Amino acid sequence: MPDNFLPAGVEYLRILPEIILTVAGTLIMLLEGLAGDSVKTRNGPGYLALFALVAAIPASLVAGANPGFAFSNLLVIDGFATFFRVLVVVVGILTVLVSFQYLRRENASSSEYFGLILFSVTGQCVMASSNELIMMFIGLEISSISSYVLAGYLRDDKRNNEAAIKYFLLGSFATAFFLYGIAWIYGVTGTTNLDQIRYALLSHDVASSSILVGVAASLMLVGLAFKVSAAPFQIWAPDVYQGAPAPISAFLSAGPKAAAFAIFLRLFMTSFQPISGRWAPFVWSSALLTMVVGNFAALTQSNIKRMLAYSSIANAGYVLVAIATHSAIGTAAAMFYLAAYAFMNVGAFAVVTHFSRQGERFVNIDDLAGLGWKQPVTAALFSVFLLSFVGVPLTGGFFGKFYIFKAALDGGYTWLAILGLLNSAVAAYYYLRILVVMYMKEPGESCENLSPLAPGVSLALWGSALATLVLGIFPSVILNFARGSATLGR
Amino acid sequence: MPASNGVPLNWYLILSAILFCLGIAGFLYRRNVITVFMSIELMLNAVNLSFVTFSYQFKQVDGHIFTFFVMVVAAAEAAVGLAIILTVFKNRQTLQVDDVNSLKN
Repeated sequence: MPDNFLPAGVEYLRILPEIILTVAGTLIMLLEGLAGDSVKTRNGPGYLALFALVAAIPASLVAGANPGFAFSNLLVIDGFATFFRVLVVVVGILTVLVSFQYLRRENASSSEYFGLILFSVTGQCVMASSNELIMMFIGLEISSISSYVLAGYLRDDKRNNEAAIKYFLLGSFATAFFLYGIAWIYGVTGTTNLDQIRYALLSHDVASSSILVGVAASLMLVGLAFKVSAAPFQIWAPDVYQGAPAPISAFLSAGPKAAAFAIFLRLFMTSFQPISGRWAPFVWSSALLTMVVGNFAALTQSNIKRMLAYSSIANAGYVLVAIATHSAIGTAAAMFYLAAYAFMNVGAFAVVTHFSRQGERFVNIDDLAGLGWKQPVTAALFSVFLLSFVGVPLTGGFFGKFYIFKAALDGGYTWLAILGLLNSAVAAYYYLRILVVMYMKEPGESCENLSPLAPGVSLALWGSALATLVLGIFPSVILNFARGSATLGR
Repeated sequence: MPASNGVPLNWYLILSAILFCLGIAGFLYRRNVITVFMSIELMLNAVNLSFVTFSYQFKQVDGHIFTFFVMVVAAAEAAVGLAIILTVFKNRQTLQVDDVNSLKN
Protein backbone atom coordinates (compact mmCIF):
# COMPACT_ATOMS: atom_id res chain seq x y z
CA MET A 1 0.00 0.00 0.00
CA PRO A 2 1.50 3.37 -0.93
CA ASP A 3 2.04 5.78 1.96
CA ASN A 4 -0.11 8.43 0.29
CA PHE A 5 -3.08 6.09 0.17
CA LEU A 6 -5.40 8.52 1.90
CA PRO A 7 -5.95 11.72 -0.08
CA ALA A 8 -4.43 14.86 1.41
CA GLY A 9 -6.72 17.56 2.80
CA VAL A 10 -6.07 19.91 -0.07
CA GLU A 11 -7.41 17.31 -2.48
CA TYR A 12 -10.82 17.57 -0.84
CA LEU A 13 -10.58 21.33 -1.25
CA ARG A 14 -10.00 20.79 -4.95
CA ILE A 15 -13.33 18.98 -5.37
CA LEU A 16 -15.24 21.35 -3.08
CA PRO A 17 -17.76 22.40 -5.80
CA GLU A 18 -18.64 18.77 -6.54
CA ILE A 19 -19.00 18.03 -2.80
CA ILE A 20 -21.33 20.99 -2.24
CA LEU A 21 -23.48 20.17 -5.27
CA THR A 22 -23.75 16.46 -4.46
CA VAL A 23 -24.64 17.08 -0.81
CA ALA A 24 -27.27 19.66 -1.74
CA GLY A 25 -28.71 17.43 -4.47
CA THR A 26 -28.97 14.47 -2.09
CA LEU A 27 -30.49 16.70 0.59
CA ILE A 28 -33.16 17.89 -1.84
CA MET A 29 -34.08 14.31 -2.71
CA LEU A 30 -34.29 13.39 1.00
CA LEU A 31 -36.28 16.46 1.99
CA GLU A 32 -38.90 15.72 -0.63
CA GLY A 33 -39.99 12.70 1.34
CA LEU A 34 -40.22 14.73 4.55
CA ALA A 35 -41.83 17.89 3.22
CA GLY A 36 -44.42 16.42 0.89
CA ASP A 37 -45.55 18.43 -2.09
CA SER A 38 -47.66 21.13 -0.50
CA VAL A 39 -47.80 24.55 -2.13
CA LYS A 40 -46.01 26.16 0.82
CA THR A 41 -42.86 24.12 0.50
CA ARG A 42 -42.83 24.05 -3.27
CA ASN A 43 -40.09 26.59 -3.83
CA GLY A 44 -37.88 25.24 -1.04
CA PRO A 45 -35.86 22.80 -3.18
CA GLY A 46 -35.31 25.51 -5.74
CA TYR A 47 -33.91 27.91 -3.17
CA LEU A 48 -31.67 25.20 -1.75
CA ALA A 49 -30.41 24.41 -5.27
CA LEU A 50 -29.83 28.08 -5.92
CA PHE A 51 -27.93 28.45 -2.66
CA ALA A 52 -25.74 25.42 -3.42
CA LEU A 53 -24.98 26.63 -6.94
CA VAL A 54 -24.11 30.12 -5.75
CA ALA A 55 -21.86 28.60 -3.09
CA ALA A 56 -20.21 26.44 -5.75
CA ILE A 57 -18.80 29.52 -7.50
CA PRO A 58 -16.52 30.66 -4.64
CA ALA A 59 -15.81 26.96 -4.03
CA SER A 60 -14.60 26.63 -7.64
CA LEU A 61 -12.45 29.71 -7.21
CA VAL A 62 -10.97 28.37 -3.95
CA ALA A 63 -10.29 25.08 -5.71
CA GLY A 64 -8.75 27.01 -8.59
CA ALA A 65 -6.52 28.88 -6.16
CA ASN A 66 -5.07 25.52 -5.08
CA PRO A 67 -4.19 24.07 -8.46
CA GLY A 68 -2.84 20.59 -8.84
CA PHE A 69 -3.87 16.96 -9.12
CA ALA A 70 -6.32 15.18 -6.87
CA PHE A 71 -7.04 11.53 -6.06
CA SER A 72 -4.09 9.80 -7.70
CA ASN A 73 -4.13 12.10 -10.73
CA LEU A 74 -7.74 11.25 -11.53
CA LEU A 75 -8.61 14.93 -11.47
CA VAL A 76 -6.60 17.98 -12.37
CA ILE A 77 -7.57 21.42 -11.14
CA ASP A 78 -6.10 24.12 -13.36
CA GLY A 79 -7.31 27.36 -14.91
CA PHE A 80 -9.07 25.45 -17.67
CA ALA A 81 -11.05 23.36 -15.17
CA THR A 82 -11.91 26.43 -13.08
CA PHE A 83 -13.13 28.29 -16.15
CA PHE A 84 -15.51 25.53 -17.20
CA ARG A 85 -16.63 24.77 -13.65
CA VAL A 86 -17.68 28.38 -13.10
CA LEU A 87 -19.33 28.44 -16.54
CA VAL A 88 -21.47 25.33 -15.99
CA VAL A 89 -22.39 26.44 -12.47
CA VAL A 90 -23.53 29.83 -13.78
CA VAL A 91 -25.61 28.09 -16.45
CA GLY A 92 -27.12 26.01 -13.62
CA ILE A 93 -27.99 29.17 -11.66
CA LEU A 94 -29.68 30.78 -14.66
CA THR A 95 -31.63 27.60 -15.38
CA VAL A 96 -32.86 27.36 -11.79
CA LEU A 97 -33.96 31.01 -11.87
CA VAL A 98 -35.95 30.45 -15.06
CA SER A 99 -37.48 27.22 -13.77
CA PHE A 100 -39.42 28.53 -10.74
CA GLN A 101 -42.15 30.08 -12.83
CA TYR A 102 -42.13 27.26 -15.37
CA LEU A 103 -42.74 24.54 -12.80
CA ARG A 104 -45.50 26.53 -11.09
CA ARG A 105 -47.14 27.15 -14.46
CA GLU A 106 -46.98 23.53 -15.57
CA ASN A 107 -48.06 22.39 -12.11
CA ALA A 108 -45.08 20.04 -11.84
CA SER A 109 -43.33 18.91 -8.68
CA SER A 110 -39.98 20.55 -8.18
CA SER A 111 -37.72 18.55 -5.86
CA GLU A 112 -36.46 15.92 -8.30
CA TYR A 113 -36.16 18.59 -10.93
CA PHE A 114 -33.76 20.75 -8.93
CA GLY A 115 -31.96 17.70 -7.56
CA LEU A 116 -31.34 16.45 -11.09
CA ILE A 117 -30.06 19.84 -12.20
CA LEU A 118 -27.56 19.78 -9.35
CA PHE A 119 -26.43 16.25 -10.23
CA SER A 120 -26.09 17.17 -13.87
CA VAL A 121 -23.97 20.21 -12.99
CA THR A 122 -21.86 18.00 -10.71
CA GLY A 123 -21.19 15.70 -13.63
CA GLN A 124 -20.21 18.66 -15.79
CA CYS A 125 -17.81 19.89 -13.09
CA VAL A 126 -16.21 16.43 -13.01
CA MET A 127 -15.89 16.50 -16.79
CA ALA A 128 -14.23 19.92 -16.67
CA SER A 129 -11.56 18.74 -14.23
CA SER A 130 -11.03 15.15 -15.37
CA ASN A 131 -7.51 14.06 -16.11
CA GLU A 132 -8.28 10.44 -16.77
CA LEU A 133 -10.52 8.70 -19.27
CA ILE A 134 -12.39 6.97 -16.44
CA MET A 135 -13.33 10.31 -14.87
CA MET A 136 -14.32 11.71 -18.25
CA PHE A 137 -16.64 8.78 -18.78
CA ILE A 138 -18.15 8.99 -15.30
CA GLY A 139 -18.63 12.76 -15.46
CA LEU A 140 -20.18 12.45 -18.91
CA GLU A 141 -22.61 9.82 -17.67
CA ILE A 142 -23.56 11.66 -14.45
CA SER A 143 -24.35 14.68 -16.56
CA SER A 144 -26.10 12.74 -19.34
CA ILE A 145 -28.28 10.42 -17.26
CA SER A 146 -29.64 13.37 -15.26
CA SER A 147 -30.23 15.24 -18.50
CA TYR A 148 -32.19 12.33 -20.02
CA VAL A 149 -34.64 12.53 -17.13
CA LEU A 150 -34.84 16.31 -17.27
CA ALA A 151 -35.57 16.29 -21.01
CA GLY A 152 -38.69 14.24 -20.32
CA TYR A 153 -39.57 15.83 -17.03
CA LEU A 154 -43.28 16.42 -17.71
CA ARG A 155 -44.21 12.75 -17.88
CA ASP A 156 -47.63 13.25 -19.43
CA ASP A 157 -46.47 15.53 -22.20
CA LYS A 158 -45.94 13.68 -25.47
CA ARG A 159 -43.32 16.12 -26.69
CA ASN A 160 -41.31 15.66 -23.49
CA ASN A 161 -41.50 11.87 -23.84
CA GLU A 162 -40.28 11.99 -27.37
CA ALA A 163 -37.42 14.33 -26.54
CA ALA A 164 -36.37 12.09 -23.66
CA ILE A 165 -36.39 8.83 -25.62
CA LYS A 166 -34.49 10.31 -28.54
CA TYR A 167 -31.95 11.96 -26.28
CA PHE A 168 -31.56 8.78 -24.28
CA LEU A 169 -31.14 6.37 -27.20
CA LEU A 170 -28.77 8.52 -29.22
CA GLY A 171 -26.87 9.68 -26.13
CA SER A 172 -26.23 6.12 -24.96
CA PHE A 173 -25.30 5.09 -28.48
CA ALA A 174 -22.71 7.87 -28.54
CA THR A 175 -21.40 6.86 -25.12
CA ALA A 176 -20.80 3.34 -26.40
CA PHE A 177 -18.61 4.72 -29.20
CA PHE A 178 -16.68 6.89 -26.77
CA LEU A 179 -16.15 3.88 -24.50
CA TYR A 180 -14.97 1.62 -27.28
CA GLY A 181 -12.47 4.30 -28.20
CA ILE A 182 -11.27 4.37 -24.59
CA ALA A 183 -10.90 0.58 -24.63
CA TRP A 184 -8.67 0.70 -27.69
CA ILE A 185 -6.59 3.60 -26.40
CA TYR A 186 -6.09 1.59 -23.24
CA GLY A 187 -5.18 -1.42 -25.34
CA VAL A 188 -2.61 0.45 -27.39
CA THR A 189 -1.03 2.63 -24.71
CA GLY A 190 -1.68 0.60 -21.56
CA THR A 191 -2.97 3.61 -19.63
CA THR A 192 -6.02 5.80 -19.26
CA ASN A 193 -4.21 8.84 -17.87
CA LEU A 194 -4.28 11.72 -20.34
CA ASP A 195 -0.65 12.77 -19.83
CA GLN A 196 0.65 9.22 -20.04
CA ILE A 197 -1.33 8.64 -23.23
CA ARG A 198 0.38 11.71 -24.62
CA TYR A 199 3.83 10.38 -23.68
CA ALA A 200 2.97 6.99 -25.13
CA LEU A 201 1.89 8.58 -28.42
CA LEU A 202 5.13 10.56 -28.51
CA SER A 203 7.23 7.43 -28.06
CA HIS A 204 8.20 5.11 -30.86
CA ASP A 205 6.60 1.94 -29.51
CA VAL A 206 3.16 3.15 -30.36
CA ALA A 207 4.09 4.45 -33.79
CA SER A 208 3.93 0.88 -35.06
CA SER A 209 0.24 0.65 -34.19
CA SER A 210 -0.69 3.99 -35.68
CA ILE A 211 -3.76 2.55 -37.41
CA LEU A 212 -5.18 1.35 -34.10
CA VAL A 213 -4.52 4.75 -32.51
CA GLY A 214 -6.36 6.35 -35.41
CA VAL A 215 -9.31 3.99 -35.02
CA ALA A 216 -9.49 4.66 -31.29
CA ALA A 217 -9.26 8.43 -31.73
CA SER A 218 -11.97 8.36 -34.42
CA LEU A 219 -14.30 6.33 -32.20
CA MET A 220 -13.87 8.89 -29.42
CA LEU A 221 -14.32 11.71 -31.91
CA VAL A 222 -17.61 10.18 -33.04
CA GLY A 223 -18.82 9.88 -29.45
CA LEU A 224 -17.91 13.46 -28.63
CA ALA A 225 -19.34 14.78 -31.92
CA PHE A 226 -22.68 13.28 -30.90
CA LYS A 227 -22.49 14.99 -27.52
CA VAL A 228 -21.67 18.43 -28.92
CA SER A 229 -24.17 17.95 -31.80
CA ALA A 230 -21.58 18.25 -34.56
CA ALA A 231 -22.55 17.17 -38.06
CA PRO A 232 -23.06 14.47 -39.27
CA PHE A 233 -24.15 13.41 -35.77
CA GLN A 234 -26.47 16.32 -35.00
CA ILE A 235 -29.84 14.75 -35.90
CA TRP A 236 -31.00 14.37 -32.29
CA ALA A 237 -30.51 18.00 -31.29
CA PRO A 238 -33.49 19.69 -33.02
CA ASP A 239 -35.99 17.12 -31.74
CA VAL A 240 -34.62 17.16 -28.21
CA TYR A 241 -34.40 20.92 -27.85
CA GLN A 242 -37.84 21.35 -29.37
CA GLY A 243 -39.51 18.70 -27.25
CA ALA A 244 -37.84 19.27 -23.88
CA PRO A 245 -39.22 21.82 -21.38
CA ALA A 246 -37.97 25.26 -22.44
CA PRO A 247 -35.74 25.89 -19.37
CA ILE A 248 -34.18 22.46 -19.91
CA SER A 249 -33.53 23.22 -23.58
CA ALA A 250 -31.65 26.27 -22.35
CA PHE A 251 -29.69 24.13 -19.92
CA LEU A 252 -28.91 21.31 -22.37
CA SER A 253 -27.70 23.56 -25.13
CA ALA A 254 -25.39 25.51 -22.81
CA GLY A 255 -24.17 23.43 -19.84
CA PRO A 256 -23.66 19.84 -21.02
CA LYS A 257 -22.48 21.16 -24.37
CA ALA A 258 -19.84 23.39 -22.78
CA ALA A 259 -18.71 20.49 -20.60
CA ALA A 260 -18.56 18.15 -23.61
CA PHE A 261 -16.42 20.73 -25.40
CA ALA A 262 -14.25 20.91 -22.27
CA ILE A 263 -13.41 17.19 -22.45
CA PHE A 264 -13.12 17.45 -26.24
CA LEU A 265 -10.51 20.20 -25.86
CA ARG A 266 -8.67 18.54 -23.00
CA LEU A 267 -8.53 15.16 -24.68
CA PHE A 268 -7.53 16.36 -28.12
CA MET A 269 -5.19 19.13 -26.97
CA THR A 270 -3.45 16.99 -24.33
CA SER A 271 -3.51 13.30 -25.22
CA PHE A 272 -3.99 13.47 -28.96
CA GLN A 273 -1.95 16.61 -29.45
CA PRO A 274 0.99 14.58 -30.86
CA ILE A 275 -1.26 13.32 -33.68
CA SER A 276 -3.03 16.66 -34.25
CA GLY A 277 -2.11 16.61 -37.93
CA ARG A 278 -4.22 13.50 -38.33
CA TRP A 279 -7.38 14.55 -36.51
CA ALA A 280 -7.48 18.20 -37.60
CA PRO A 281 -8.87 17.42 -41.12
CA PHE A 282 -11.76 15.47 -39.58
CA VAL A 283 -12.51 18.28 -37.16
CA TRP A 284 -12.47 21.04 -39.76
CA SER A 285 -14.60 19.11 -42.23
CA SER A 286 -17.08 18.42 -39.44
CA ALA A 287 -16.93 22.11 -38.45
CA LEU A 288 -17.75 23.18 -41.99
CA LEU A 289 -20.58 20.69 -42.35
CA THR A 290 -21.97 21.62 -38.92
CA MET A 291 -22.06 25.34 -39.74
CA VAL A 292 -23.71 24.78 -43.11
CA VAL A 293 -26.28 22.25 -41.90
CA GLY A 294 -27.17 24.30 -38.80
CA ASN A 295 -27.51 27.64 -40.51
CA PHE A 296 -29.35 26.52 -43.62
CA ALA A 297 -31.79 24.33 -41.70
CA ALA A 298 -32.48 27.18 -39.26
CA LEU A 299 -33.55 29.43 -42.14
CA THR A 300 -36.75 27.51 -42.78
CA GLN A 301 -37.89 26.86 -39.20
CA SER A 302 -41.14 28.29 -37.91
CA ASN A 303 -40.87 26.89 -34.36
CA ILE A 304 -38.59 29.11 -32.33
CA LYS A 305 -37.23 26.33 -30.11
CA ARG A 306 -36.34 24.30 -33.17
CA MET A 307 -34.74 27.34 -34.78
CA LEU A 308 -32.64 27.92 -31.67
CA ALA A 309 -31.69 24.22 -31.76
CA TYR A 310 -30.34 24.56 -35.30
CA SER A 311 -28.65 27.78 -34.26
CA SER A 312 -27.03 25.85 -31.42
CA ILE A 313 -25.75 23.29 -33.96
CA ALA A 314 -24.33 26.09 -36.10
CA ASN A 315 -22.63 27.60 -33.06
CA ALA A 316 -21.03 24.24 -32.24
CA GLY A 317 -19.59 24.49 -35.75
CA TYR A 318 -17.86 27.78 -34.93
CA VAL A 319 -16.32 26.25 -31.80
CA LEU A 320 -15.10 23.30 -33.88
CA VAL A 321 -13.36 25.76 -36.22
CA ALA A 322 -11.41 26.98 -33.19
CA ILE A 323 -10.58 23.41 -32.15
CA ALA A 324 -9.46 22.50 -35.68
CA THR A 325 -6.67 25.06 -35.43
CA HIS A 326 -5.20 22.90 -32.61
CA SER A 327 -3.43 25.88 -31.07
CA ALA A 328 -3.54 27.57 -27.67
CA ILE A 329 -5.11 30.63 -29.29
CA GLY A 330 -7.81 28.43 -30.76
CA THR A 331 -8.48 26.85 -27.37
CA ALA A 332 -8.79 30.28 -25.73
CA ALA A 333 -11.12 31.43 -28.53
CA ALA A 334 -13.29 28.33 -28.07
CA MET A 335 -13.47 28.93 -24.31
CA PHE A 336 -14.46 32.57 -24.80
CA TYR A 337 -17.06 31.67 -27.39
CA LEU A 338 -18.62 28.97 -25.21
CA ALA A 339 -18.98 31.49 -22.36
CA ALA A 340 -20.52 34.15 -24.61
CA TYR A 341 -22.75 31.57 -26.27
CA ALA A 342 -24.00 30.19 -22.94
CA PHE A 343 -25.31 33.59 -21.82
CA MET A 344 -27.03 34.55 -25.04
CA ASN A 345 -28.52 31.12 -25.51
CA VAL A 346 -29.88 30.77 -21.98
CA GLY A 347 -31.25 34.30 -22.31
CA ALA A 348 -33.02 33.52 -25.57
CA PHE A 349 -34.55 30.34 -24.17
CA ALA A 350 -35.60 32.25 -21.04
CA VAL A 351 -37.61 34.61 -23.23
CA VAL A 352 -39.18 31.59 -24.94
CA THR A 353 -40.02 30.11 -21.53
CA HIS A 354 -41.70 33.33 -20.50
CA PHE A 355 -43.59 33.83 -23.73
CA SER A 356 -44.77 30.29 -24.45
CA ARG A 357 -47.32 30.24 -21.59
CA GLN A 358 -48.85 27.11 -20.06
CA GLY A 359 -48.36 23.94 -22.09
CA GLU A 360 -45.89 25.82 -24.30
CA ARG A 361 -48.64 26.88 -26.67
CA PHE A 362 -46.91 29.87 -28.26
CA VAL A 363 -43.63 28.65 -29.65
CA ASN A 364 -43.91 29.82 -33.24
CA ILE A 365 -41.84 32.73 -34.44
CA ASP A 366 -44.97 34.46 -35.76
CA ASP A 367 -46.53 34.34 -32.29
CA LEU A 368 -43.96 36.89 -31.18
CA ALA A 369 -45.60 39.50 -33.39
CA GLY A 370 -45.90 42.81 -31.60
CA LEU A 371 -43.98 41.77 -28.49
CA GLY A 372 -41.90 44.92 -28.91
CA TRP A 373 -44.98 47.02 -28.18
CA LYS A 374 -46.61 44.82 -25.55
CA GLN A 375 -43.54 44.21 -23.41
CA PRO A 376 -40.77 46.54 -24.52
CA VAL A 377 -38.32 45.40 -21.83
CA THR A 378 -38.60 41.71 -22.65
CA ALA A 379 -38.29 42.45 -26.34
CA ALA A 380 -35.29 44.72 -25.78
CA LEU A 381 -33.48 42.05 -23.75
CA PHE A 382 -34.33 39.44 -26.39
CA SER A 383 -32.89 41.80 -29.01
CA VAL A 384 -29.60 41.95 -27.11
CA PHE A 385 -29.32 38.16 -27.29
CA LEU A 386 -30.31 38.04 -30.96
CA LEU A 387 -27.83 40.76 -31.90
CA SER A 388 -25.17 38.86 -29.99
CA PHE A 389 -26.04 35.72 -32.00
CA VAL A 390 -25.66 37.73 -35.18
CA GLY A 391 -22.30 39.02 -33.93
CA VAL A 392 -22.97 42.74 -33.73
CA PRO A 393 -20.14 44.72 -32.08
CA LEU A 394 -20.47 45.54 -28.35
CA THR A 395 -21.93 42.07 -27.71
CA GLY A 396 -20.13 38.93 -26.55
CA GLY A 397 -21.04 37.16 -29.78
CA PHE A 398 -19.01 39.63 -31.82
CA PHE A 399 -15.76 39.05 -29.96
CA GLY A 400 -16.47 35.33 -29.77
CA LYS A 401 -16.63 35.06 -33.54
CA PHE A 402 -13.80 37.55 -33.97
CA TYR A 403 -11.38 35.51 -31.85
CA ILE A 404 -12.40 32.25 -33.49
CA PHE A 405 -11.88 33.52 -37.03
CA LYS A 406 -8.67 35.24 -35.97
CA ALA A 407 -7.42 31.92 -34.56
CA ALA A 408 -8.38 30.26 -37.86
CA LEU A 409 -6.44 32.90 -39.83
CA ASP A 410 -3.40 32.55 -37.55
CA GLY A 411 -3.56 28.78 -37.94
CA GLY A 412 -3.52 29.02 -41.74
CA TYR A 413 -7.18 28.14 -42.23
CA THR A 414 -7.99 31.29 -44.21
CA TRP A 415 -10.63 29.63 -46.37
CA LEU A 416 -12.31 28.11 -43.32
CA ALA A 417 -12.51 31.56 -41.72
CA ILE A 418 -14.03 32.97 -44.91
CA LEU A 419 -16.61 30.19 -45.15
CA GLY A 420 -17.41 30.70 -41.47
CA LEU A 421 -17.95 34.41 -42.03
CA LEU A 422 -20.26 33.70 -44.98
CA ASN A 423 -22.17 31.34 -42.71
CA SER A 424 -22.65 34.00 -40.06
CA ALA A 425 -24.02 36.26 -42.78
CA VAL A 426 -26.61 33.59 -43.62
CA ALA A 427 -27.37 33.25 -39.91
CA ALA A 428 -28.06 36.96 -39.58
CA TYR A 429 -31.18 36.44 -41.69
CA TYR A 430 -33.02 34.13 -39.30
CA TYR A 431 -32.03 36.02 -36.16
CA LEU A 432 -33.04 39.39 -37.58
CA ARG A 433 -36.32 37.92 -38.81
CA ILE A 434 -37.36 37.56 -35.16
CA LEU A 435 -36.54 41.22 -34.56
CA VAL A 436 -38.69 42.18 -37.55
CA VAL A 437 -41.59 40.08 -36.26
CA MET A 438 -41.31 41.55 -32.76
CA TYR A 439 -41.16 45.18 -33.76
CA MET A 440 -42.81 45.54 -37.15
CA LYS A 441 -45.91 43.38 -36.91
CA GLU A 442 -49.22 44.08 -35.24
CA PRO A 443 -49.74 42.22 -31.96
CA GLY A 444 -51.94 39.17 -32.53
CA GLU A 445 -53.95 37.16 -30.03
CA SER A 446 -50.76 35.42 -28.88
CA CYS A 447 -49.71 38.61 -27.15
CA GLU A 448 -52.92 38.91 -25.15
CA ASN A 449 -52.95 37.90 -21.48
CA LEU A 450 -49.18 37.96 -21.38
CA SER A 451 -48.25 38.11 -17.72
CA PRO A 452 -45.41 40.41 -16.60
CA LEU A 453 -41.95 38.88 -16.24
CA ALA A 454 -41.67 36.66 -13.17
CA PRO A 455 -38.89 37.78 -10.77
CA GLY A 456 -36.71 34.72 -11.44
CA VAL A 457 -36.98 34.99 -15.22
CA SER A 458 -36.41 38.71 -15.00
CA LEU A 459 -33.23 38.23 -12.96
CA ALA A 460 -31.96 35.58 -15.38
CA LEU A 461 -32.69 37.80 -18.38
CA TRP A 462 -31.03 40.88 -16.93
CA GLY A 463 -28.06 38.83 -15.74
CA SER A 464 -27.52 37.17 -19.12
CA ALA A 465 -27.96 40.44 -21.00
CA LEU A 466 -25.48 42.17 -18.69
CA ALA A 467 -22.98 39.33 -19.10
CA THR A 468 -23.42 39.43 -22.90
CA LEU A 469 -22.70 43.17 -22.93
CA VAL A 470 -19.78 42.93 -20.47
CA LEU A 471 -18.20 40.24 -22.65
CA GLY A 472 -18.71 42.53 -25.62
CA ILE A 473 -17.31 45.68 -24.04
CA PHE A 474 -14.56 44.29 -21.79
CA PRO A 475 -13.69 41.02 -23.53
CA SER A 476 -10.10 41.09 -22.32
CA VAL A 477 -11.10 40.18 -18.75
CA ILE A 478 -12.32 36.72 -19.75
CA LEU A 479 -10.02 36.33 -22.71
CA ASN A 480 -6.86 36.91 -20.71
CA PHE A 481 -7.96 34.30 -18.21
CA ALA A 482 -8.78 31.89 -21.05
CA ARG A 483 -5.41 32.56 -22.70
CA GLY A 484 -3.61 31.96 -19.42
CA SER A 485 -5.21 28.57 -18.99
CA ALA A 486 -5.42 27.38 -22.59
CA THR A 487 -2.03 25.66 -22.71
CA LEU A 488 -3.23 22.15 -22.07
CA GLY A 489 -0.34 20.12 -23.48
CA ARG A 490 1.89 20.09 -20.42
CA MET B 1 0.28 -17.33 -21.68
CA PRO B 2 -0.66 -20.67 -20.18
CA ALA B 3 -3.88 -19.57 -18.51
CA SER B 4 -5.55 -18.74 -21.78
CA ASN B 5 -5.54 -22.47 -22.63
CA GLY B 6 -4.57 -21.93 -26.20
CA VAL B 7 -7.26 -19.41 -27.08
CA PRO B 8 -5.27 -16.44 -28.39
CA LEU B 9 -6.17 -13.07 -26.92
CA ASN B 10 -6.75 -11.65 -30.38
CA TRP B 11 -9.81 -13.82 -30.70
CA TYR B 12 -11.42 -12.09 -27.76
CA LEU B 13 -10.77 -8.73 -29.37
CA ILE B 14 -12.23 -9.92 -32.67
CA LEU B 15 -15.27 -11.28 -30.85
CA SER B 16 -15.64 -7.94 -29.08
CA ALA B 17 -15.46 -6.07 -32.39
CA ILE B 18 -18.09 -8.40 -33.89
CA LEU B 19 -20.39 -7.89 -30.89
CA PHE B 20 -19.92 -4.13 -31.11
CA CYS B 21 -20.80 -4.11 -34.80
CA LEU B 22 -23.83 -6.31 -34.14
CA GLY B 23 -24.90 -3.74 -31.58
CA ILE B 24 -24.56 -0.93 -34.12
CA ALA B 25 -26.50 -2.93 -36.70
CA GLY B 26 -29.24 -3.66 -34.17
CA PHE B 27 -29.43 -0.01 -33.20
CA LEU B 28 -29.76 1.08 -36.81
CA TYR B 29 -32.08 -1.61 -38.18
CA ARG B 30 -34.34 -2.80 -35.37
CA ARG B 31 -37.52 -0.79 -34.88
CA ASN B 32 -38.64 -1.88 -31.42
CA VAL B 33 -37.44 0.49 -28.71
CA ILE B 34 -36.59 -2.31 -26.28
CA THR B 35 -34.53 -4.14 -28.91
CA VAL B 36 -32.74 -0.91 -29.79
CA PHE B 37 -31.94 -0.45 -26.12
CA MET B 38 -30.67 -4.04 -25.87
CA SER B 39 -28.39 -3.34 -28.84
CA ILE B 40 -26.82 -0.48 -26.89
CA GLU B 41 -26.27 -2.81 -23.92
CA LEU B 42 -24.64 -5.28 -26.28
CA MET B 43 -22.24 -2.57 -27.42
CA LEU B 44 -21.34 -1.73 -23.82
CA ASN B 45 -20.69 -5.39 -23.05
CA ALA B 46 -18.50 -5.70 -26.14
CA VAL B 47 -16.47 -2.83 -24.70
CA ASN B 48 -16.24 -4.65 -21.38
CA LEU B 49 -14.85 -7.73 -23.12
CA SER B 50 -12.14 -5.58 -24.72
CA PHE B 51 -11.26 -4.01 -21.39
CA VAL B 52 -10.93 -7.36 -19.65
CA THR B 53 -8.82 -8.75 -22.49
CA PHE B 54 -6.43 -5.80 -22.47
CA SER B 55 -6.27 -5.86 -18.71
CA TYR B 56 -5.34 -9.54 -18.77
CA GLN B 57 -2.72 -8.89 -21.41
CA PHE B 58 -1.08 -6.04 -19.45
CA LYS B 59 -1.43 -7.87 -16.12
CA GLN B 60 -3.03 -4.70 -14.71
CA VAL B 61 -6.26 -4.17 -12.81
CA ASP B 62 -7.12 -0.85 -14.52
CA GLY B 63 -9.23 -2.49 -17.19
CA HIS B 64 -11.09 -4.64 -14.67
CA ILE B 65 -11.93 -1.56 -12.63
CA PHE B 66 -13.09 0.22 -15.74
CA THR B 67 -15.38 -2.72 -16.48
CA PHE B 68 -17.03 -2.34 -13.07
CA PHE B 69 -17.63 1.34 -13.73
CA VAL B 70 -19.16 0.53 -17.11
CA MET B 71 -21.44 -2.07 -15.53
CA VAL B 72 -22.64 0.36 -12.85
CA VAL B 73 -23.28 3.09 -15.40
CA ALA B 74 -25.08 0.63 -17.68
CA ALA B 75 -27.34 -0.34 -14.78
CA ALA B 76 -28.15 3.32 -14.06
CA GLU B 77 -28.78 3.88 -17.73
CA ALA B 78 -31.09 0.86 -17.88
CA ALA B 79 -33.12 2.16 -14.94
CA VAL B 80 -33.57 5.58 -16.49
CA GLY B 81 -34.01 4.24 -20.01
CA LEU B 82 -36.71 1.73 -19.13
CA ALA B 83 -38.57 4.41 -17.17
CA ILE B 84 -38.48 6.69 -20.20
CA ILE B 85 -39.64 3.86 -22.47
CA LEU B 86 -42.49 3.22 -20.05
CA THR B 87 -43.71 6.83 -20.17
CA VAL B 88 -43.57 6.76 -23.96
CA PHE B 89 -45.61 3.57 -24.03
CA LYS B 90 -48.12 5.00 -21.56
CA ASN B 91 -48.75 8.06 -23.73
CA ARG B 92 -48.60 6.47 -27.17
CA GLN B 93 -49.38 2.75 -26.76
CA THR B 94 -46.55 1.86 -29.11
CA LEU B 95 -42.96 0.70 -28.86
CA GLN B 96 -42.02 1.29 -32.50
CA VAL B 97 -39.36 4.00 -32.84
CA ASP B 98 -40.82 5.11 -36.16
CA ASP B 99 -44.13 6.00 -34.51
CA VAL B 100 -42.46 8.39 -32.09
CA ASN B 101 -42.13 11.20 -34.60
CA SER B 102 -44.43 14.07 -33.72
CA LEU B 103 -41.66 16.67 -33.40
CA LYS B 104 -41.31 18.39 -36.73
CA ASN B 105 -41.10 21.85 -38.08
